Amino acid sequence: MSEAYRPEELLMSVVAGLLEGARHVAVGAISPIPAGGALLARERAAGRMRVSILGSERHTFFTDGGRELFDCAAQGRIDAFFLDGAQIDGSANINLVGIGSYPRSRVRFAGSFGSAYLYFLVPRVILVAHEHSRRTLVDRVDFVSAPGTSPPGVYRPGGPVALVTDRCVFGFDRAAGRFSLSSAHPGQSVGAIRDKTGFEFTLDDAVATTAVPGAAALALLRGSVREALQEAYPEFAEHVLGQAA
Amino acid sequence: MTSILASAEELTGGVCCGASVAVPREASGCAMEAVRALVRRRVRDLTLIAVPQAGFQADLLIGAGCVRQVEAAAVTLGEHGSAPRFRAAVSAGTVEIRDSTCPAIHAGLQAAEKGVPFMPMRGILGSDLALHRDDWHTIENPYGENDPILLLPAITPDVSLFHAPRADREGNVWVGVNRELLTMAHASRETLVTVEAISDESLTSDVRLAAGTIPSLYVSAIAEAPRGAAPVGLPGYYDEDTSHLRRYAELAQTEEGFDRYLAEQVIAAPAPA
Repeated sequence: MSEAYRPEELLMSVVAGLLEGARHVAVGAISPIPAGGALLARERAAGRMRVSILGSERHTFFTDGGRELFDCAAQGRIDAFFLDGAQIDGSANINLVGIGSYPRSRVRFAGSFGSAYLYFLVPRVILVAHEHSRRTLVDRVDFVSAPGTSPPGVYRPGGPVALVTDRCVFGFDRAAGRFSLSSAHPGQSVGAIRDKTGFEFTLDDAVATTAVPGAAALALLRGSVREALQEAYPEFAEHVLGQAA
Repeated sequence: MTSILASAEELTGGVCCGASVAVPREASGCAMEAVRALVRRRVRDLTLIAVPQAGFQADLLIGAGCVRQVEAAAVTLGEHGSAPRFRAAVSAGTVEIRDSTCPAIHAGLQAAEKGVPFMPMRGILGSDLALHRDDWHTIENPYGENDPILLLPAITPDVSLFHAPRADREGNVWVGVNRELLTMAHASRETLVTVEAISDESLTSDVRLAAGTIPSLYVSAIAEAPRGAAPVGLPGYYDEDTSHLRRYAELAQTEEGFDRYLAEQVIAAPAPA
């Protein structure tokens, strides 16, 4: 019997799986699901993983100002990071700036934050899209905050490895520069995913059903992970992990 | 010598129309009382430099018509949503946005603090940020082969403006772990700081405090402004006023709502309790 879980718990469990073996995972601001997934991965790593959460005073190792995260990434001291996008396209370009022509965007978003840098330098960047629709997953982004791939010769140890959405998990093939469907969440068909995706993608040889969090994962998420998230994400910790699904 | 002034009003009295003003991210200490003073004085045409992102203070200054240009990696009210006056002004073209990315702003300030004209930096190549920034240049790494790298010009703000927990009578300012405030002070022509309290105890004579202290050498003027970051919080000292910021986020959705907020909270109420 599988236990009842919340959609956010499924995503945190997927994220944790993608972080296996990482020694230092950094999580940007306003990212409760990546933070929860990273803390779950840390629980399983038995002391071999550091997690830095921006916006947290407790879960951070940085003491040298705002630049330290970026300097740290440029030196290869950060193995995994998360990015999202108001738009993400089939080449893994992300747009955090605006819809319509630049600079007078018809719809303006906050801005690119550190994406244009960290996407190049962190080996394992996991893209997270909370709304899997043709509005967000598009053929071509209106503005490239950070490109998914770079031409040969451009220094780029980093880049996307996966795109996690509320419907499925895509892997990203850097050489081919495109996404491939790795697994569909329970209840999602390949046809339905295609219908909701604005870009072309290939299929893995065997598209799996995304593994759901088991009893042990749920116990950790609702226990030690929830406690660790309390400080930076009190509402999320309380409302998503604070009660049984 | 650092001037010790009586109020945020006096502190910001010399900030001219057209000045470039650097402000820190919210977690590092926002000089909100000083920002309100700028709004009341109807300062115009500021170039606002967000280090590296800005929130409530930027939205307030933009909505009040004080800003001509913004350089930022992001402008957002964070968990209270997007910055409504910023978004509206950029879409309407009334404010010029120079989109950047966090490490580029830090690096530009570091170039200025070293007195060098530019800083090379990894990443960014091939993004639309680089496409639209005519002041950024790509060169070949002179120490390597087939290795293009981006150069960013030094960022030298006319003024850095922030709020800190404490200062002493000599004008040394303690900022603790928020070390980007040191970089801002090093890089700027003038540094203006409001503080919770000015104490008689010297900050530089105690090594435990000196490590987190900006020497008065870099500080043009300070003024006491208790709860000077409110309604934004000062981490370690007081929390943000969440209901105030939520109400702002709602009111600022429209120009009329924003004007009402301005009249009630900024013009009519010079100092928050």
